Amino acid sequence: MTTGTQWPDAEFTSVASLRGPLMAVTGVRGVGFDEYVRITEDGSGTRRYGTVVEVDGDTAVVQVLEGTSGLSQAARVAFAGAPLRIPVGPGWLGRICDGRGGPTDGGPPVFGARTAPVNGFPMNPTRREPPAEPVLTGVRCIDSLATLVRGQKLPVFSVPGLPHLELATQIAAQATAGDEAFCVVFAGMDLTHADAAYVRDALEERAAAGELTLLVNTSDAPVLERILTPRIALTVAEDLAFAEGRHVLVVLVDMTSYAEALREVSAARDEIPARRAYPGYLYSDLASLYERCGRIRGAPGSVTILPVLTMPGGDITHPVPDLTGYITEGQIVLSPEVAARGVYPPIDPLSSLSRLMRHGAGPGRTAPEHLPLAAQLLAALARARQVRDLADLVGADALGPTDRHYLDFQDEFEHRLVDQGRTERCPLAQALERCRQVALTLPRSELTMLPESLLDAGAAEP
Amino acid sequence: MDEVTGAVRRVAGPLVELDGLPGAAMAELVLLGAAEIPGEVVSIRGGVLTVQAYEYTGGLAPGDPARSQGRPLSAALGPGLLGGVFDGLLRPLANTGIWLGAPAATPGPAAAERVWRFTPAAKPGDLVAPGHRLGSVAAARAVEHRILVPPGPDPGVTRRVDRIAPAGEYPADAVVAEVGGVPVAVTEHWPVRRPRPVARRVDANALLHTGQRALDLLFPIAKGGTAAVPGGFGTGKTVLLQQIAKWCDADVIVYVGCGERGNEMAEVVDELSRLEDPRTGGRLAERTVVIANTSNMPMMAREASVYTGVCVAEYFRDMGHDVVVIADSTSRWAEALREFASRSGALPAEEGFPANLASALAAFYERAGAVQTLGGERGSVTVIGAVSPPGGDLAEPVTVHTERVVRARWTLDRDLAYARHYPAVSWAESFSRDAAALAEDAAAPGGEDLSSLRNRLARILSRADRLVDLVDLVGIAALPPAERMDVLAGRLVREGVLQQSALSEADAHSPAAKTAALVEAVLDVIDACDRAAQTAGPAAVEGVDFGPLLRARDEAGPENLDAVFARRDRVLGALADLAGEAAR
Ligand SMILES: Nc1ncnc2c1ncn2[C@@H]1O[C@H](COP(=O)(O)OP(=O)(O)OP(=O)(O)O)[C@@H](O)[C@H]1O
Ligand SMILES: [Mg+2]
Repeated sequence: MTTGTQWPDAEFTSVASLRGPLMAVTGVRGVGFDEYVRITEDGSGTRRYGTVVEVDGDTAVVQVLEGTSGLSQAARVAFAGAPLRIPVGPGWLGRICDGRGGPTDGGPPVFGARTAPVNGFPMNPTRREPPAEPVLTGVRCIDSLATLVRGQKLPVFSVPGLPHLELATQIAAQATAGDEAFCVVFAGMDLTHADAAYVRDALEERAAAGELTLLVNTSDAPVLERILTPRIALTVAEDLAFAEGRHVLVVLVDMTSYAEALREVSAARDEIPARRAYPGYLYSDLASLYERCGRIRGAPGSVTILPVLTMPGGDITHPVPDLTGYITEGQIVLSPEVAARGVYPPIDPLSSLSRLMRHGAGPGRTAPEHLPLAAQLLAALARARQVRDLADLVGADALGPTDRHYLDFQDEFEHRLVDQGRTERCPLAQALERCRQVALTLPRSELTMLPESLLDAGAAEP
Repeated sequence: MDEVTGAVRRVAGPLVELDGLPGAAMAELVLLGAAEIPGEVVSIRGGVLTVQAYEYTGGLAPGDPARSQGRPLSAALGPGLLGGVFDGLLRPLANTGIWLGAPAATPGPAAAERVWRFTPAAKPGDLVAPGHRLGSVAAARAVEHRILVPPGPDPGVTRRVDRIAPAGEYPADAVVAEVGGVPVAVTEHWPVRRPRPVARRVDANALLHTGQRALDLLFPIAKGGTAAVPGGFGTGKTVLLQQIAKWCDADVIVYVGCGERGNEMAEVVDELSRLEDPRTGGRLAERTVVIANTSNMPMMAREASVYTGVCVAEYFRDMGHDVVVIADSTSRWAEALREFASRSGALPAEEGFPANLASALAAFYERAGAVQTLGGERGSVTVIGAVSPPGGDLAEPVTVHTERVVRARWTLDRDLAYARHYPAVSWAESFSRDAAALAEDAAAPGGEDLSSLRNRLARILSRADRLVDLVDLVGIAALPPAERMDVLAGRLVREGVLQQSALSEADAHSPAAKTAALVEAVLDVIDACDRAAQTAGPAAVEGVDFGPLLRARDEAGPENLDAVFARRDRVLGALADLAGEAAR
């Protein structure tokens, strides 16, 4: 654990009970709700950490991050007198740490001139600046059809087995904010060691350039650590953005594992469960993370959040994707059908939407023709889907000539626009040019949403 | 003020238990700890008070002092409300720092001591009763801000004006009159959970014109009515409510962002301060009060925020205004109820919600209504609430209990939203219980009675819906001619009348006359299609370019009816040519 807390000398040895992740300590005085706690194991002297989840008279109930397994009533407990704080600042850039911010790159603990509480504070909504410029991911389909906007929260909905980790890593490796100072905080939760190694390798360059903080909670690390990982990531990001003026992209993978950790704690505390045994406060808890994105009026810098989650059973009404969708500003949906056709990234453009795209793309932000081009492509793709269904029913030969154009269009769309190499970074201009070319596979009479000038530019080309 | 001090005994998130405040009453305001966290007494049992805290309780410890305030949680109601942005307890957010609740909060721009121009409307010796006008303050161009004799324990009793301040500028807390020995200040305090008294309720029979065609035509709502907007994520609840906030014909809008996004609040505030109020030429922000309790702000203030919102609405209603309260989203409020109930160990009912959820929802919507105020004026409070059903499941408790109490339900349909048909108001799943009663109040085209017109549109839509599945299965060509025209008519109504993009320059709001013109145009074309199909056959009619008609809504400005009819006439001309050719 990095140093952000001053520990008092006094320690309590009055552990009254241990159960699940919870420990009750009696005989305490002046201990406040949500304080950070240090537990020292009897004998080995090994340290664990936790937070106070309830105080009642002289009893404090502590949630132990590492779990209570192996702890005895002889453990010594110190209360920090304040919630968990971590050092913040540019010292985090270029560092690789575990899920609690402890270095795993062989370097010294991360120090910073300032500290900040990991829970952060809610941003005053009247001080927010509405998001307006893009983060360019270098992923064609996202930049052109579901533009990520600085200060936005835009999740990736996936299902187990799809390459969402690859996509998240690719975005983390390639994203930029034009010419402005940019960095990435990548928080991996419940990653296997193989996945963790993959992420580390893929982001090596970015780390070396001092543009990355990588936090990895591995699958074999304590489950409750996962509850802390995104909070540390966001605390680091907020400081880099709002104290240091950088545009920060926070990638959080896999938020379903995070929600499961939350469910585990809730069950241990005998809380009344809501849907599928997730706690009733899952919405507010997720919101307390995702709402940390944004911009501040009159200040440089921004925090953009890209959470990645897997939908259990592919079910979008499952509480984790459902509540996420209620908080975030759109979604990027990965589809097993698209993946089955060998397309990477397997994005379903029709179910995907960036609600802030109209603010982050268009004249002066990306390109003047961007929004009509995207709208036209999506409208045509919707039509192409219908035609495809009809073709499956009556046979492609029975289709009229216009409809047959749409079948071709769909193939072009998938192969020239969506499909992309895993390390291929597509500049925006090139992405939009591909959009235009794909659109022009349809007869001009079908492209009613596009300005004449754009169509003519295409006609002039050989 | 008599202050009694007790002590904190237990803290579990927003739930705090106190000892040693023997005289405290239910709903009383208490301040907790050195940070003076506001909280409200929600239960009393054997000397232990349970308090719902409105701010983050981190650091609060057993033994910390708790001071009772001798009054319930109240809102400060005064002229600074219009154009302002407030938290769930109606504290102005503009004067607060960037990070809410941060200890060394960077203070916001110092709130300059604002003064208000007061003009008296009564003189010493006048006999006045609660609700009567003492004067007004110049707060916003659009809305007359009156200073009334505050409602007291005995509303009917008249008292003498002892003293009244001369016209001049006064700060918000200045006393500007004394009535029967009681001082009356520019700003008054009122407990947010207690409905403000009125002389009587009257029939809510005036249409609230929302400017959204799908609502005004098919599912209208009265000034003083209630409506719920259920819909899964991304179906367009917020956009629809923001459109209503911007363009409906109420005098005052109270917009409560309850547990939703910070970026959305920033955007709505930004837009309101840029958009012009078509009725006054001022900014829309000047008739709007925004209450922002975003999802990351303390959960229990979210619970209070909806009451704060109606309380503000009732305050303006009592001045004789028509007020609309918009709450986005009531589901987040219900979740706050659930969260607190579960922490206090209450026996859960459906899906963990407390057993009083239904009655709490009913009581909230019950504060809507058209009234005769104590001062004898007409005023109204309309309540419109978004509902965010988990998994889009409309059988969940909040949706079910809400739809039982509201006068209108505007259900947003995921398939329509997915097909980018906005607003995605489902014509099959929505209702308005006031549609018939409000028909007289609305302009109908061609002298046709609005309710018969509405029935006609509903018939066209439902007939087309029934045929849709069949068309998917056998193709349109396999249908008899009359049915093919039914399918076409459905499309023309949907695309030519009901669709209305919030992003459209010309069509973001539709005044009654434009709505009527579009309906008339589309119905004329539908009739002409039927006629033409008889001679030229359905396929030829389907081949006609209806583009001009369908684009009329987007291309014709709000006042430009000629543009609508010109486009209709082009399509009618094409249909006439078709019929003519066939006859030759
Ligand atoms: N009337 C409309 N006109 C144009 N676009 C719309 C309209 N309604 C919705 N949209 C589109 O749908 C998106 C989502 O709408 P909105 O934010 O209102 O959904 P919501 O139902 O409030 O979702 P949530 O429950 O997640 O808050 C918008 O960003 C916009 O792109
Ligand atoms: Mg919304």
